Amino acid sequence: MKRFAAIVIVLLTVAAGSAGAADWGVPFPSVPKAAAENCVRDTQFMRANHMELLLHQRDDTVHQGVRPKQTALTECLTCHAVKGGDGKPLTVKDPKHFCRACHDYAAVTIDCFSCHNSAPEAVNK
Amino acid sequence: MSLFDKVPACDSAPVEGRRGFLKGLVAAGALAIAPGVTLYKFAEAAGVSSAVRWGMLIDINKCEDGCSACVTACAEENGWRGHGNPRTDAQWIRKVTLTDKQTGFKKSLPVMCQHCAEPPCVYVCPTGASFKRADGIVLVDKHICIGCRYCMMACPYKARSFVHEDVDGQKPHAPRGKGTVESCTLCVHRVDEGRQPACVEACAKDGGHAFMFGDLNDPSSDISKQLAQYGATAIRGDLGVDPGVRYRGL
Repeated sequence: MKRFAAIVIVLLTVAAGSAGAADWGVPFPSVPKAAAENCVRDTQFMRANHMELLLHQRDDTVHQGVRPKQTALTECLTCHAVKGGDGKPLTVKDPKHFCRACHDYAAVTIDCFSCHNSAPEAVNK
Repeated sequence: MSLFDKVPACDSAPVEGRRGFLKGLVAAGALAIAPGVTLYKFAEAAGVSSAVRWGMLIDINKCEDGCSACVTACAEENGWRGHGNPRTDAQWIRKVTLTDKQTGFKKSLPVMCQHCAEPPCVYVCPTGASFKRADGIVLVDKHICIGCRYCMMACPYKARSFVHEDVDGQKPHAPRGKGTVESCTLCVHRVDEGRQPACVEACAKDGGHAFMFGDLNDPSSDISKQLAQYGATAIRGDLGVDPGVRYRGL
């Protein structure tokens, strides 16, 4: 189901890129730009498969102690951080948070941030 | 489609009929073995191997009565804090005061997850969330913890806590959230970097230098030499759970 939703998003985004969102008369998610480009895999691959990579990484990290920096969740959050008005990275409570931008649109609930901090460094509220 | 170079594809093709079903069984067996072999090789390459067993030696004669540097350091490092509710607040490490009823002699010592070689919390866990890493560190995989709290009941050391409240502002290296059980991780994120747990560092800096951390499997490590020379006690050693945390002067 997750995969299906992701494919739908990819198709929609591709369509939006070629035809232009306005032509369709439907709203599209505005995905915030990351600080770097293609640091793990290319954008299309990441849109469709990021959840598989995260799932794989989490098991390796928790059980095997494998902590590659490049694919760590903290690295994703650092590179994809969206700064708020005060210059601090937004948490997932804000709809402009990178993960929420798409997940709200696709109505796919993520529970990563019930345990993980959604900002790159500990932001205490 | 295989997403990962190191992990073999596990897509199981649909099988039809009895012959197909039997073939499928054989194939499933081979698959079950193949990822196991891969994981084993991977573990070796990653460095978390059973050649190491992390442990701690705590000399309670050096542990001062009013000092709680280890507890403060742990809370700061891992981001757990109380909600003014001592019955349910998370507590990864605590100071326990023992009193000899005959003489009235009091002694204070830190107690945390004892990282048992035969951990009861792991044996009772219905989902496999409570597990022991190859290097002897006992952890909760919160991704699969359902919060049933069997492990809390099984633990003879009362080392585990259940998170009752929503958590905010976690440390990036210590995720924690409502509805899961947690305990001392032996600062696994530090150990994987070759550093010492926060409590050990804090005791050396602000306390009585009571902690010693090291590899119990390596006879040339400081902790093994100390244990071989002077010995130490396991709390509730009679249970046979073989704790990785040992106390001297108990």
